[in-house]
Amino acid sequence: MIRLEKRAEPSRAWQVAAPVVAVGLTMLAGAAMFAALGKDPAAAIRTIFWDPLFSPQFAAYSRPQLLVKAAPLILIAIGLSFGFRAGIWNIGAEGQYLMGALAGGAVGLAFYPAGGAHIFPLMVLAGALGGWLWAMIPAVLKVRFATSEILVSLLLVYVAQQIVAAAAVGWLRNPEGGGFPGSRNLARYPAASNPELLPGTGVHWGVVAAALAVPLAWVLLLRHVAGFRVRLTGAAPRAARFAGVRPGAMTFACLSVSGALAGLAGLFELAGPAGQISIDFGSGYGFTAIIVAFLGRLHPFGILLAGLLMALTYIGGELAQFMLGIPKAAIQAFQGMLLFFLLGVDVLTNWRVRLRRRREAR
Amino acid sequence: MTDLLFGLNWPQLAAALMLASTPILLAALGELVVERAGVLNLGVEGMMILGAVAGFAAGVETGAPLWGFLAAALAGAGLALLFGVLTQLLLANQVAAGLALTLFGLGLSALVGQGYQGIKPPPLARLEVPLLSEIPVLGPVLFRHDPVVYLSLLLVLATALFLARTRAGLILRAVGEDAAAAHALGYRVVRIRLLAIAWGGALAGLGGAHLSLVRVPQWTEGMTAGAGWIALALVVFAGWRSGRLLLGAYLFGGITVLQLNLQAAGIAVPVELLSMSPYLVTILVLVIMSSGRARAALAAPADLGRPFHAAA
Repeated sequence: MIRLEKRAEPSRAWQVAAPVVAVGLTMLAGAAMFAALGKDPAAAIRTIFWDPLFSPQFAAYSRPQLLVKAAPLILIAIGLSFGFRAGIWNIGAEGQYLMGALAGGAVGLAFYPAGGAHIFPLMVLAGALGGWLWAMIPAVLKVRFATSEILVSLLLVYVAQQIVAAAAVGWLRNPEGGGFPGSRNLARYPAASNPELLPGTGVHWGVVAAALAVPLAWVLLLRHVAGFRVRLTGAAPRAARFAGVRPGAMTFACLSVSGALAGLAGLFELAGPAGQISIDFGSGYGFTAIIVAFLGRLHPFGILLAGLLMALTYIGGELAQFMLGIPKAAIQAFQGMLLFFLLGVDVLTNWRVRLRRRREAR
Repeated sequence: MTDLLFGLNWPQLAAALMLASTPILLAALGELVVERAGVLNLGVEGMMILGAVAGFAAGVETGAPLWGFLAAALAGAGLALLFGVLTQLLLANQVAAGLALTLFGLGLSALVGQGYQGIKPPPLARLEVPLLSEIPVLGPVLFRHDPVVYLSLLLVLATALFLARTRAGLILRAVGEDAAAAHALGYRVVRIRLLAIAWGGALAGLGGAHLSLVRVPQWTEGMTAGAGWIALALVVFAGWRSGRLLLGAYLFGGITVLQLNLQAAGIAVPVELLSMSPYLVTILVLVIMSSGRARAALAAPADLGRPFHAAA
């Protein structure tokens, strides 16, 4: 009979190995899924994980895309990791991403067509502020009324989607757009655009922000007393209160970090790769970032790797869609599977598996 | 404004309300039992949407909606058991596993539903209750629905009776209130929780199928649009009691139907504001229910969301 025995300490080896094993298992299960769809599984896996980086035909286009797609995922996931470690579940990052983009975009469009070096920094500020404000709704309701932040933050995603849609067809619509929904294209408004900084690399300001966020979060979360308090709150809320951590302040802090970073990610995406506020501006980064945060073990450097890997599945998925006719939805299911396998394999991190014969009760 | 409100066909609205409430009512009823057993499954949205596509596909392929509902319940229960294995046997975090379920369900449903967009499903015959359906006004409102609407009402009653009046219901509640004590008394905590989880999945699947086979009726990606999350909120609203759940579900169904009709009537309120109203009202109700004096009356299961592992 198989039994689980609690480990005194989480196994460090399995902490590192679990995501790797989970990725391997997901590839196997994914290959089975592609085979069930009537596609060559080996070709599908190679197209998703190898070709975007190393194929001479596609790498030139795909490699820069890797950073473009990974940056928002990493930024959002870094923010989420604080709350998740403290047991504060902000699962509405998609909404904060949308509101950040909307606030930042609105500031940029308000200046149109003026020039000036102050416009883009102001937009960045507005983006962070927009995401932060949207995250403050569940924070205030949680602290003041003890309302579940899980449900409120998630429900606010649907509200944010409607607000963005209203903006795209209403007050932010491009007056020269011939009546079509969607705002002016910020990517074509130099003072407000977030361009590729180094040609051919995909590096834009969002990538820079993500690259800064990773080491900063590492210091804050793992080398600073603030991070210790976050982790303490998650591991032992009662002990944390005795140590002087105020739960309300912790809720505000964690939702502030995740809201502001998600808002930033939204703004950088809007002013760069996306260009304009459209009805369907939201692309699900806020939800995929949840997978990234867990796959990265809620550790900043882990999230960096997980974000790059997840970005690879996006790009490889597009390539597989184009080359092999694998539906986009298959990639979505593939990403969902990854989290399943990770959570499953993770049992080995905290528990020891013991094989033992069943004994009679005495 | 008053003209507009009087111009609406209220009996027809009331009938539409019952139809629109049924998917969330079913899903919330299932989740209620799951939470009473001490498990928080945040994957309702994923199970609903998988049920929606499985029910639709099976309904179209067999031409019989009944098979569709059966397939939807099985698909929902199957997906729920995946969550069950992760959280009950592999002791994964319930919040994370529930989210994984939703994300996976959304992807898988889109994949399965590839060939089914823009098709009409076989119609589900209405069950007109003899005599009663002939009553003026009330007859068409209450007694001319499809069988699933009546099933959902029966299930409200059955759930209430099961939890309050049966031995099995008492055991299930004991597992949810104090799993360690229930274990000490010799009850199989993990097995009971797995059964509850599967039941919750089956009902969420049924709810999804009602959406795709009857209410809409067609398949579109992401068609549940947060209904599963509203169902989760409803369980809190209802204070984990099935009678209040019915009230809550019909309240939200009413808001949904009313806002859709106001949109159609061309009221001078932005469409987007009307569309977001069900979510805003849900949040508002959550706030009212979880604050102050109302909270004391809520009585959430004591072991809700806590993992259980028999150490000995």
